[in-house]
Amino acid sequence: MHDMSVQAAHHAPPTSFIRKHIFSQDHKVIGKQYYALALFAAIVGMFLSWLMRIHLAWNNAAIPGLQLLSSSGAPGGVMTPEYYLQLMTMHGTIMVFFVLTTAPFAAFGNFFLPIQVGAEDMPFPRFNMMSFWVTFVAFLVLMASFFVGDGPTLGGWTQYAPLNSIGAVGGPGQGTGVVLWAISIALFCVGQLLGSLNFIPTTLDLRVKGMSLMRLPLSAWAWFITSCMGLTAFAVLMPACILVILDHVAGTSFFVASNLVLNDQVLPHSGGSTLLWQHLFWFFGHPEVYIAIVPGIGIVSHVLITNMRRPMLSARVLIYSMGALAVLSYMVYGHHMFVSGMNPFSSLAFSFPTLVITIPSTVVVLIWTFSLYGSKLRINSASLFALGFISMFVSGGVSGFFLAQPSIDIMLHATYFVVGHFHLVMGVAAMFGIFAGTYFWFPKMAGRMMNETLGKLHFWLSFVGAYCIFMPFHYLGMAGNIRRYSTFTDDFLQPLIPVHRFITVAALITGAAQLIFLYNLIHSRYWGKPAPDNPWEATSLEWSTATPPPFDNFGGKHPVVYHDPYQYGVESSVGDYVMQTSPEQVKTEHDEK
Amino acid sequence: MAKFFSITIVLIAIFSAIPILRHTWVAPEDISTHGALIDEQMSETMAEAGISFLAAQFILALFIWKFSNRGPDAKIKSFPGGAKGLVIAALLVVGVEVMALGVFGVKAWANVYLDAPSANAMPIQVQAGQFAFYFRYPGPDGKFGGLHPELINEGSQNIFGLDPEHDVDARDDIVAAEMAIPVNKEVHLLMHAKDVGHSFFVRELRVQQDFVPGLDVSLHFTATKVGKYEIVCTQLCGLGHYNMKAYLEVMSQQDFDNWLKQQAGQ
Repeated sequence: MHDMSVQAAHHAPPTSFIRKHIFSQDHKVIGKQYYALALFAAIVGMFLSWLMRIHLAWNNAAIPGLQLLSSSGAPGGVMTPEYYLQLMTMHGTIMVFFVLTTAPFAAFGNFFLPIQVGAEDMPFPRFNMMSFWVTFVAFLVLMASFFVGDGPTLGGWTQYAPLNSIGAVGGPGQGTGVVLWAISIALFCVGQLLGSLNFIPTTLDLRVKGMSLMRLPLSAWAWFITSCMGLTAFAVLMPACILVILDHVAGTSFFVASNLVLNDQVLPHSGGSTLLWQHLFWFFGHPEVYIAIVPGIGIVSHVLITNMRRPMLSARVLIYSMGALAVLSYMVYGHHMFVSGMNPFSSLAFSFPTLVITIPSTVVVLIWTFSLYGSKLRINSASLFALGFISMFVSGGVSGFFLAQPSIDIMLHATYFVVGHFHLVMGVAAMFGIFAGTYFWFPKMAGRMMNETLGKLHFWLSFVGAYCIFMPFHYLGMAGNIRRYSTFTDDFLQPLIPVHRFITVAALITGAAQLIFLYNLIHSRYWGKPAPDNPWEATSLEWSTATPPPFDNFGGKHPVVYHDPYQYGVESSVGDYVMQTSPEQVKTEHDEK
Repeated sequence: MAKFFSITIVLIAIFSAIPILRHTWVAPEDISTHGALIDEQMSETMAEAGISFLAAQFILALFIWKFSNRGPDAKIKSFPGGAKGLVIAALLVVGVEVMALGVFGVKAWANVYLDAPSANAMPIQVQAGQFAFYFRYPGPDGKFGGLHPELINEGSQNIFGLDPEHDVDARDDIVAAEMAIPVNKEVHLLMHAKDVGHSFFVRELRVQQDFVPGLDVSLHFTATKVGKYEIVCTQLCGLGHYNMKAYLEVMSQQDFDNWLKQQAGQ
């Protein structure tokens, strides 16, 4: 912990428009830029999911205007099987990387981590600016693949080898499309590594006087733990992507084995390992699940506590649980590979840590749920989404019991059961975390309140809608519905098409409900009611400064912290809470130093 | 609104459980000697996951119902036992539950993957390529001919790249586009991919295994019921992935022998 006097002002307030709003080094502007990028990416990703869902339910339906996006991929507006796979790949890549990683970690973390620790900015503002712009370029490169050559890659967001490395002979998008995908993801990794390099010292070195580690809000802990994961996970994926690029452009064979034959021609590769890609990818891929969800755990905890008007039963146990999730996430990745052809003894070795990871997950859910007991829960848009997160996290989590076991995975691997599982637990839950964070922090970020009625309407449609979409995915998987099929031609799949139609209708309605959020966000940004400094009667440092915060976060003052972050349920001069910066002493049982 | 939310959670939990309890969508009847253990494991996991799911949703709904929007005079109180009790409960209840599932599940996995095939299991080679499976039987000599990838030519139907001109073992090999096996006879499936990753999945047989380009992978099973079943690819292999399938015919030994003769004559 450093005294504020150690931190010099890293950079003076910019005056030009470009330095202020575009190439800004201010963590708050960068946080908003990340949020805007994630929002745009989410719109694109959701639109793609609509197209996919319509195609799955009504295979020969012509989607008006789709031919304008790709005349060969959708002649007359009817999607070809390969174009379905290309859109599916882009949906997964955009959502996992540019939404679920970008919004809860990079966007909210950038804006609020320095403020929550009491710092003026991140320690390396220029790196921080680079982090966003590299990520932005990564997104543009990925989008470019829609318009180059024969379109984006069709290999799925997991890009399994050797399909990812053999070039255009593998199918549409497997040449230029894969190279652009790999460049995009490698750049994305650079962006997130630069971000993590800022988050870690911000948490460890820039805390103000009195801010011990155990006085950090749970959201700050979550971003810190996530940045530690990001540092190791993205550092593995980036070189793996570079190896894919080399296999395409430099004649190497990292991921292509010898003597493979396509179109009656032996491929000019030899000696590579196809399983190597899976190991590298999932060594990143499983921690990535937690990179997406741990910030949500932190945000939801932060939002819930404020609205429960009491601290968690134990913040310390929550922090240890998040840490355990992070550590275990590296030891479980092989559960994605039970039937991949790796040594079957390895499957057992990966199965047990996967089962063990249910313990910290259960602890987190129990702490949340039983902290509600005896609380004075306030119902608003933010707390509804936080509570919805718990429900979704449980629903998506219990299906992990099945997928953690190799013997059951024989039946469920590569089916819609897996799709339902990860969409609920890391997709919907993480999105609910983002929404909870947005409704909660928007007043601080934009200086205006969001419309609560629209927020609640958005919640109801999203909550019921998400269950209608993703619960049936599990049933489909149990009936053996294989994922990544553009058309269901098998005898046993055709009776399941009505279920797909139900899901598609639910997806269209739930997707349309997100327009309410978009309208609320944009309308409130300009015409919302002006926000007071502390509208939720909250305690952490972001609520002790002006709304919106000044350039140096605390207007030249150096806050001093006197309390742990969640002093609720007390009797103080301002009400049932004491801010971290208030020197007022109150009687409490909850001060965890 | 809080009470409405609680009711919604409870209704969603109940509606989610109904198709499971009614067995609306389930795997087809098992036709393998090893599948019963997998099915049993699935049922036990469903029971434990189902109880955990319902309990968690109901308790969440109950606490939201009881503790939301209480008046300003209401007192904050903590759940008896606090965090320590919950951690112990998580370790004892969920920890023991999942570990038991894991330990008992080992046997179901071992039957398929850890036990070696018996010495008299019938070898069949399967080659997966964009977007078809082909099967090879060793013929009367019981030996497979060598593979020569450079000789693969779909136009001349040399699917596996055999060299019968120089390779005696290859001359009687039987290649077929569908898989036939005798009932109640163990099969040793020798799997290789021609081009990219694929997978071999037969729901009724309770087997799923990826093909790994560059590696020879094997699988063994015994089918116990005569019938025709679909073999499908579950590993994304390219634009025709959805249509990559073949049929498995489980026959009596006599029908199988006849089928083999018929294939050899073609």
